[in-house]
Amino acid sequence: MNALAPHLPALQVVVPMLVSAVVILLRPRGLAWMACTAASAMAFAIAIQLTHTVLASGPVTYLMGSWPAPYGIELRVDALSALMLLVVNGASVVTLIAGRQSLDLQIEENRQPYFFAAWLLALAGLAGIVVAADAFNIFVFMEISSLASYVLVAGGPDRRALPAVFKYLLMGTIGATFYLIGVGLIYMMTGTLNLADMEVLIQAVGDQRPILAAAGFITVGLALKAAIFPLHVWLPNAYTYAPHMVTVFLAACATKVSLYVLLRFDFFVFQGNLEGHAIQFAAYLMPLALLGILIGSAVAMFEKNVKRLLAFSSVAQIGYMMLGASLVTIAGLTAGIVHIFNHALAKGALFLAVASFATVAASLRLEDLGGIARRMPWTFGAFVIAGLSLIGIPGTAGFISKWYLITAAMQLGPGGLVLVAIILISSLMAVVYIWRIVEVMWFGEPANEATAPVTVSPLLVGVAWTVALANIYFGLSPDLPMTLASEAAAELLRHLP
Amino acid sequence: MELLGLYHYWVFAILLMIGFYAVIAKLNLVKKLIGLSLFQSAVFLLYITMGKVELGTAPIFSDSGSGIFSNPLPQVLILTAIVVGISTTALGLGIVVRIKEEYGSIEEDEIQEIDRR
Repeated sequence: MNALAPHLPALQVVVPMLVSAVVILLRPRGLAWMACTAASAMAFAIAIQLTHTVLASGPVTYLMGSWPAPYGIELRVDALSALMLLVVNGASVVTLIAGRQSLDLQIEENRQPYFFAAWLLALAGLAGIVVAADAFNIFVFMEISSLASYVLVAGGPDRRALPAVFKYLLMGTIGATFYLIGVGLIYMMTGTLNLADMEVLIQAVGDQRPILAAAGFITVGLALKAAIFPLHVWLPNAYTYAPHMVTVFLAACATKVSLYVLLRFDFFVFQGNLEGHAIQFAAYLMPLALLGILIGSAVAMFEKNVKRLLAFSSVAQIGYMMLGASLVTIAGLTAGIVHIFNHALAKGALFLAVASFATVAASLRLEDLGGIARRMPWTFGAFVIAGLSLIGIPGTAGFISKWYLITAAMQLGPGGLVLVAIILISSLMAVVYIWRIVEVMWFGEPANEATAPVTVSPLLVGVAWTVALANIYFGLSPDLPMTLASEAAAELLRHLP
Repeated sequence: MELLGLYHYWVFAILLMIGFYAVIAKLNLVKKLIGLSLFQSAVFLLYITMGKVELGTAPIFSDSGSGIFSNPLPQVLILTAIVVGISTTALGLGIVVRIKEEYGSIEEDEIQEIDRR
């Protein structure tokens, strides 16, 4: 272990990537799942160990092949990366453990090895984005994770996933290409791709037009990948028609990793070097964040398919994260970052519960879910707890991030009250859409007495409960995400006067 | 003449917009993918032209020769990006084949019509 310890940032990516090549060969039933879960668990252990090191002794840097930094490829894990690594790897391992039965039902056996290989590639790509410290490697890992997640989304039995994934592919590629144009323009002006080096060299040319254009291209491209309103149109269908377990995994982390890159660029590289960047960032993104919060929640209130409803709720939740960031204060950014963690917990548990319902119910439309709570009280319990966390009831993780967000908004003075009002209105809308589901499930009459051909695996219900209880645990003692988030915010905004 | 001197940027911008237009406006899924490829190729050209040095030769180090090289790094970067572009196109075409199998059409409006039914 000690010999490997310095190489953990690289192993974070290498382990899932190498295992994915092996997984394709594992034909016997269940073996591919086992190997995939084992690799993912190992990656999670690495993420925990890295977080431990970051908390104890600050950022970890790793030089690929020992070439010194601006010339060689550097990997860097700081507080923000550590938090993202926990979310990504945690979501993957939890989903895989819970998803054995659901994936067996939805993915044909002979295609499973390929599916799990794509899963590990997506995991490796997402982890790679987070650990990479140079702009071009971020692009390559972004494409690895995107290509793999297109395969995952299209892997299910629902044919409507195919047009959805095609749209996702077009928009994802356009987003990534915009990012590539931005990186190219910066490279043209500074001659470097390493983020830390770029941050220094960009000072001299910060007022030149190519740099401003680059900032625009990068922000828009990443906003497209992060599904920030109004660039979210690919998200609802992709989440709705994907295999249930893929929805859990992607909803918990995929868009948030793009958001991470956006924060990394806009605050770490541009902030402090581009004149008026803070004001422009706030002026463009705050209205979009607010619109996303309101419209996402409003559409969710009228949506009839539970997965689609939760997908639109995700659009609103991404709005909360952006709202926190667009305040451009330490408190606001901390709230936005901690919401990345808390929302992953809440949405993860909700989609796990939905996957459990889906195993039994005829479809996930509300009318087919009538009275299902009485047949599956345990799953329903987990759903309600996670729903409360999504709304932001005190004592759950969702409350922590909303509390910090409101505190940060109040610091703005009178204008902040408008933000607080919008946050409260949107929370009430969340009450409405969660209540609609709860009402149908608990009080509704069963649509038809179709006997359930399968019983839900206790593993899925158990994991859903574990994640739901994690919502309560991190609602009562939010030290870990808060420490990481506030450290991350302080580092991102170190140029703030 | 400055405008013409920057012609390689014009090529980049026009090609980019032709591709972007095709992605948005065409209903045929294969034509959309062709547009996407054009869109990506435009960016490749941007990278390649930025590494060009006037009178520069291929970046091969030797004792003879002028000693002025084109910058090899953008070329290496774009080699990677081309691979990414090919993978994206291949995956996109694969999805189009699956859509044709399931829906019997590769026109976006017809597919939406079938889904609405």
